[in-house]
Amino acid sequence: MYKGAPRPALDDVSVDIEKGEFVFLVGASGSGKSTFLRLVLREEKPTAGNVWVGGKDLTKLSSWKVPTLRRQIGCVFQDFRLLPNRTVAGNVAFALEVIGTPNKEIERIVPNVLELVGLEGKEERYPNEISGGEQQRVAIARAFVNKPAVLIADEPTGNLDPETSIGIMKLLDRINKIGTTVVMATHDVAIVDQMRKRVIEIDGGKVVRDQSRGVYGMGA
Amino acid sequence: MKFRYLLREVMTGLRRNITLTLAVMITVAVSLSLFGSSLLVRAQVQEMKDFWYDKVEVSIFLCGNISDSPTCAGGAISEEEKTQINADLEALKPLVDTIYFETQTEALSRFKEQFKNSPLAETATIDQMPESFRVKLSDPTQYAVIAAAFAGRPGVEDVVDQRQALDRLFRALSGLQTLALVIAGVMLLVTALLISNTMRVAAFSRRRETSIMRLVGASNFSIQLPFILEAAVAALFGTTFATGALVVGKIYLIDQNLATTFTFTTFIGWDSVFGVIPWMLLAGLGLAIVAAGLTLQRYLKV
Repeated sequence: MYKGAPRPALDDVSVDIEKGEFVFLVGASGSGKSTFLRLVLREEKPTAGNVWVGGKDLTKLSSWKVPTLRRQIGCVFQDFRLLPNRTVAGNVAFALEVIGTPNKEIERIVPNVLELVGLEGKEERYPNEISGGEQQRVAIARAFVNKPAVLIADEPTGNLDPETSIGIMKLLDRINKIGTTVVMATHDVAIVDQMRKRVIEIDGGKVVRDQSRGVYGMGA
Repeated sequence: MKFRYLLREVMTGLRRNITLTLAVMITVAVSLSLFGSSLLVRAQVQEMKDFWYDKVEVSIFLCGNISDSPTCAGGAISEEEKTQINADLEALKPLVDTIYFETQTEALSRFKEQFKNSPLAETATIDQMPESFRVKLSDPTQYAVIAAAFAGRPGVEDVVDQRQALDRLFRALSGLQTLALVIAGVMLLVTALLISNTMRVAAFSRRRETSIMRLVGASNFSIQLPFILEAAVAALFGTTFATGALVVGKIYLIDQNLATTFTFTTFIGWDSVFGVIPWMLLAGLGLAIVAAGLTLQRYLKV
């Protein structure tokens, strides 16, 4: 991924993320982390510069191809964004249903993914019946069910206690090891320090630090 | 996109916004009833034109003893003048289709027939009745040719085109039709705005689903389809009501009322009614789909 975008939210940001990498995006609130992620999802277009994802220049991507792009990117958020009126399995299946996956396929894939995220036995529970950590696992399962090339996580542990957060991080790490590129925006110092992954720090829309095996607080 | 999923989405959507759904159905029903009625009035005018234009005549009234028109200054028309008019009419064939000479006696009996319930019929005398040539034209619109040839000629009191009297009626009916069409147009505009607002509410109440659909890469079409179908189903119900209204109107108003009262003319048949229904469907569904689609462009962006 490369980008260079002189604009108020992000200014002259130039970053390459290789396939299969695990990257932490850190920085204060309003520093531009979320804008970075929105650019990758083509929710925003840069006013100048380019965004390349999976070999495609998103600034030149026609809007009807955006859904195809998003099928290659999984998304996880701080607030889980589950459908309250659907079960755990239903929430995961939803992602497949709306892109037209055949029922047989769905019935085969969903249990596998739920097992991967450690939710076997909770398939028929509703989101309000399970813990926050479990809800985030459902969200990760939903994001991963399409086998995306990239997983974007915007403060996935923001609403969780440290112990649950570690569980989520282990899950993301496992997904990364399967071959999915993970880009995670976070404020969580402990997690960043513990994982020892590549850290990109953004401040005021500029990249102020980019180091492999970094920690949260150093430098800036 | 699976059919069962679609059906469920559309049904929950319709139920969730039940008040707005009903409002859409009612406005569609009312506006399309007006729209359909105005089309039927047009069909009725056409029907009457076809019926009457075959029967209308141009009447050339001749001077009698009591005529006071300037062309009748020479008193009653002479036999030579009559023969000349007849010859001139013959010369105008094939525009002139048939020529019939109505005598005073025939004129009197026709007058008495037309006014049989009026005291006028009792007092009318044969002297008051004008003689006339009744001319049927092969092309009724060519009245001016006859008028130019015979109006103002000595011995001719007046040239009257029955068609002009009918045209006044048809103009009134056309005016009625235009009025219905304008009201239908305004109502359809209201319907479009209402559908647009309904879509806005529906998009808002389902924003959770649609935002997730966007994120997992559902196509625009599959995100918008349930909403558009929702509008289309509501419009279809409305159109069905409007169609029913026209059928009921045809049975009770035309067949059982007008047709039995005004026996002198024909009325539109079922073929006209069924001919109008596809247009109503097209207008109703087209409007719903276009209004919904345009609104969703705005509220369900990729």
